[in-house]
Amino acid sequence: MADAMHGADHHGDGETRRDFLMMTTAAMGAVAVGAAVWPLIDSLNPAADALAVSSTELDISHIAVGQAITVMWRGAPVFVRHRTEKEIKEAQDVALGDLPDPQADKDRVKKPEWLVMVGVCTHLGCIPLGQKVTDKKGDFDGWFCPCHGSHYDSSGRIRKGPAPNNLAVPPYDFVSDTLIKIG
Amino acid sequence: MADQNTPHTEITNPLLKWVDDRLPLVTMMNHATVDYPCPRNLNYWWNFGSLAGFCLVLMIATGLVLAMHYTPHVDMAFASVERIMRDVNFGWAIRFVHMNGASFFFIVVYIHIFRGLYYGSYKSPREILWILGVVILLLMMATAFMGYVLPWGQMSFWGAKVITNLFSAIPLVGESVVTWLWGGFSVDNPTLNRFFALHFLLPFVIFGVVFLHVVALHKNGSSNPLGIDMKGPQDSIPFHPYYTVKDYLGLGAFLTIFAAVVFFAPDYMGHPDNYIEANPLQTPPHIVPEWYFLPFYAILRAVPDKLFGVLAMFAAIAVLFILPWLDRSPVRSATFRPVYKWFFWVLGVDCILLGWCGANAPDDVWMGMQFVVWSRIATVYYFVHFLVIIPYLGLFERPKQPPASIAEAVLGGGSGAAAAATAKPMEKA
Repeated sequence: MADAMHGADHHGDGETRRDFLMMTTAAMGAVAVGAAVWPLIDSLNPAADALAVSSTELDISHIAVGQAITVMWRGAPVFVRHRTEKEIKEAQDVALGDLPDPQADKDRVKKPEWLVMVGVCTHLGCIPLGQKVTDKKGDFDGWFCPCHGSHYDSSGRIRKGPAPNNLAVPPYDFVSDTLIKIG
Repeated sequence: MADQNTPHTEITNPLLKWVDDRLPLVTMMNHATVDYPCPRNLNYWWNFGSLAGFCLVLMIATGLVLAMHYTPHVDMAFASVERIMRDVNFGWAIRFVHMNGASFFFIVVYIHIFRGLYYGSYKSPREILWILGVVILLLMMATAFMGYVLPWGQMSFWGAKVITNLFSAIPLVGESVVTWLWGGFSVDNPTLNRFFALHFLLPFVIFGVVFLHVVALHKNGSSNPLGIDMKGPQDSIPFHPYYTVKDYLGLGAFLTIFAAVVFFAPDYMGHPDNYIEANPLQTPPHIVPEWYFLPFYAILRAVPDKLFGVLAMFAAIAVLFILPWLDRSPVRSATFRPVYKWFFWVLGVDCILLGWCGANAPDDVWMGMQFVVWSRIATVYYFVHFLVIIPYLGLFERPKQPPASIAEAVLGGGSGAAAAATAKPMEKA
């Protein structure tokens, strides 16, 4: 057998023992390089300290009706709005068929008067205006992104402009009536 | 057997060939790593060149990622390194590979250098190849030193202070030079920032010099254990597969040892004091550099004069630059130099002795003598070796007769199997 193999090394035109060895060596080498490179790539993922600060608690007792505040969560703004009756009604009365990204208002809130969402435009990441009383709120009494002109309604849903999706709702819970935990 | 020496890599892919006819990258790679004709008698000591190249790539890859996590500021550097160790995914592994990679890089390069010393690889026509190698060594030392400062531990800080203060030995302008190096009146944030920038830059400079080193190597081909030139195709074999497979085997052995240290003794070659944050108000009781600087550190301390100590330390490397002209012996390999061979080993022992002296406090006593006395003897011998013994041997040593050709030596004269090879007409020296 050894002789047959040996002969194949030098005279065979097709598959040879050396071809087989070359391919298995290359395959094992690829596995080894992959295993060596993975830690380098994975190290660029969020580190333990970044993961540890991924929840934020917020006392909402001082937020009056019609008022909105912005808090920082994972390096991005979260809008917390104490909605008025008018805003709630506007949000609930919209026909889902009119929405580019159809979603009912009740699916976006835990309590109708409190709207909590990530204040990052789903187009290219700017922060929409609308938190301050003096801000331009767009055509739908919600938020307006000044970068490329996306209009969001009083439920934070995209109504007009280039943004593809509604403003995202982060995971959050009411720890009590006056305390919410985001993340 | 005859087709071994002819280039066996033709580009068949038409697109690749179109590109290669205009930008001959594939052809260059083939010449450098596939068809490159090597002496057929290279032994495992010739593995260390490619291993050094591997170490450089390893250091650049891990260093790039570490730089993405590190903060070069005196208030945050130490904590950012601890964050790498504790919080960053695989950060501990990447840092330990980088840290021990530096040590292993020096191990590999020192073996590479001593291989050159033994086999006379620095001799004509490879003087520039050798000089570029010494330049790489100097750049490595600068890079390693500045890298050691970055974690901003006690050894980082005081190492930086001591090494930068070497330049204060320069007459007249010394103090100004040191202030300039520091960017202030002590080792502080500006020093750390510039060391970080340079520590990032220098590996790429090394990469460039390595490229020149390889260009110079391929101009005249590798030296070999017999120290005689290749005289024809019967003396050479192509780099691939013969030396790729040999290099890979060596790489496997290297990685096994390296992994054992990284995973089981990652701090063995470090100093525990460097896990104490830098304190400019307190010097650790016993300052030692990283092990790879110990012989030079011993030479520095051996000389009882500041300026001359510094000069001696730099001269210990500078003497390597002129080695090709100090060694007048026409025979390269120590195999055929019966006297030099012994002095080579004595030099090896002398360097280890210097390292041992550098690792210990000068006033401590070892085998009945203070270390400072040992280091003086070893320092004097180091320079005597290069400046007296080597030139003297070149004139008075009687070398043995090297074989007429590599093929003759490797394949043996007269044995049946090799008869065909030795029967080829060969140019006799």
